[in-house]
Amino acid sequence: MTEERQDFYEYLRDTKKFPSVWCPGCGMGIFVRALISAIDKSGYSQDEIVLVSGIGCSGRATAYLDFCTLHTTHGRALTFSTGLKLANPKLKIITIMGDGDALAIGGNHFIHAARRNMDITAIVINNSIYGMTGGQVSPGTPQGTITTTSPYGNLENPFDICELAKVVGSNFVARSTVFNVYLMEKLISQAIKKKGFSVVEIISQCPVHYGKRSGFKSAVEMLEWQRDNAVMINKSQETGQQDLPPGKFPIGVMVDREAKSYIERLEEFNNKQREKANAL
Amino acid sequence: MLKSQLLPGNEACVKGALAAGCRFYAGYPITPASEISEQMSSELPRVGGAFIQMEDEIASMGAIIGASLAGVKSMTATSGPGFSLMQENIGYACMTEVPCVIVDVMRAGPSTGSATQPSQSDVMQARWGTHGDHPMIVLAPSSVSECFSLTVEAFNLSEKYRNPVIVLIDENIIHTKEKITIPSPEEIKIIDRIKPSEPPEWFKAYKDPGTGVPPMPAFGTGYRYHVTGNSHDERGYPTNRPDENELLIKRLFQKISRDSGKLQLADAYYTEDATVNIIAYGTVARASLRAVKEARAKGMKVGLLKLKVLFPFMRQTVEKILSKSSKVLVPEMNMGQISREVKRVNESRCIIETLNKVSYEPITPEEIIKKLEEIYD
Repeated sequence: MTEERQDFYEYLRDTKKFPSVWCPGCGMGIFVRALISAIDKSGYSQDEIVLVSGIGCSGRATAYLDFCTLHTTHGRALTFSTGLKLANPKLKIITIMGDGDALAIGGNHFIHAARRNMDITAIVINNSIYGMTGGQVSPGTPQGTITTTSPYGNLENPFDICELAKVVGSNFVARSTVFNVYLMEKLISQAIKKKGFSVVEIISQCPVHYGKRSGFKSAVEMLEWQRDNAVMINKSQETGQQDLPPGKFPIGVMVDREAKSYIERLEEFNNKQREKANAL
Repeated sequence: MLKSQLLPGNEACVKGALAAGCRFYAGYPITPASEISEQMSSELPRVGGAFIQMEDEIASMGAIIGASLAGVKSMTATSGPGFSLMQENIGYACMTEVPCVIVDVMRAGPSTGSATQPSQSDVMQARWGTHGDHPMIVLAPSSVSECFSLTVEAFNLSEKYRNPVIVLIDENIIHTKEKITIPSPEEIKIIDRIKPSEPPEWFKAYKDPGTGVPPMPAFGTGYRYHVTGNSHDERGYPTNRPDENELLIKRLFQKISRDSGKLQLADAYYTEDATVNIIAYGTVARASLRAVKEARAKGMKVGLLKLKVLFPFMRQTVEKILSKSSKVLVPEMNMGQISREVKRVNESRCIIETLNKVSYEPITPEEIIKKLEEIYD
């Protein structure tokens, strides 16, 4: 264990950065550990990977990690990622967003990046709340939840991020919780290996802004909730939530397909152009 | 031998961008700028570049910043409503010092306005459209030929100062065909961003090397660094320290203001002995030149200063004209935007007159002559 930890220090920026901005009990630290571990096993060097993030608690992850890191504007991380990938297709782009970031302000960019099957790994840390701004209702907040801007209970339905990512054309869609830490790492590993748009939704906990208004006494209780309500699914299974008992949600690989990615289509086009030019 | 061609402004702008080394373009359809996207989609794949039509202008602006960070010169083009949407990420490019070029083909009116009619009403949006204190470089071509040369200049200044550069083009130039002689590639001066000379382990992404403009490595070249729109220290990490905040914002301004003498791009016509001078830009400068020539024929001592750089406002050049004029006329296709800048630097030297036309038609030489006759002593 000690040995493994030492390896991981290479991926952390040593200067000035720690302690992190995240509150005690936040799921972000566990996620970052899983991300580093997945990257370490991926075979990519630190110089081949660009980590892009949006705004919010999840957006702060990039500053701690020793890669080329791009902390963008709120909701726009995938647009910057698209430009990076097209300008240098050799770069491996991993984009970290929150639920509000990816699906409210950035919802349009999310569905279009998926529609293009753009070669980006999008990780959505879904803590069901806007944490950094003090606990407002988000598109990940379940109906009925009390937040600082839904004091009488949320009237809206939350997004099912995986269903959304699936129908708009992503090559890989998976969900884990922070509690299922080894699954989380495995799914991120799989997503990094995929061509095209790969999405990993990570159900995380915000004990400070979500938990305390929703009757959770601690971060541990929230992790226990994740453990008790996440149901592992088989990737051959249809993933409809309707098949599960009320309140339960599926985790695991939802979509794993090999549709041609944007960069693959671009490379095919470029090769054809080169052949044409050579023929002349 | 260089041949003259008959081209519309949009083609000259595209040719200028490609000549300057632009190899990435992201855009969203909008009248009257769509032709720039169309031509880029056709030209860029032929020169090893990439084109993408994004889902909106916010995304277009994000994509060109991303591409620029990967080391590729990049551009987008739009018109008023799209320009409004780009403002958030334009501010990001200022704060993070990412070179990029934004062409705004100005249409008339606030909101949807009139998409096919000319205007100069985005001048102040170009300068101050994004929130927060930030420097901005804004260029304004007045002819098809300048659509080429000033687009090249926009890329050069953007690379040199690591700041977004906005090219404001009047709708009536972008769709007008004119004779243009495009210089050969050897004749075109190209500036590329400075790359770090120190090894990656010594590299500090936002450390002032003395010029105010830090060297900029491309992502993926071994220099690992953090880019954030948050206030950041010289390593690029978020900071709340008052001294670091102030150092950053002052450097952003000073890296450009220290070179203000080099950013005086203007053409003076008949100003030597003129008592009444016109200060104009874009197509209005052309109507003004015609008006000046005709007024001269009538014996009036009038002159014209045509601005090619709108921001940083060319105080040095404009002050010279203000000092020797009894009156200065600022005609514009808006309610008075550059005239505010002229008044700001005038400091009571002379009388500033304005001619503002917002019927969404170009200002004619006759209208300018009429105004000159009214104000001429």
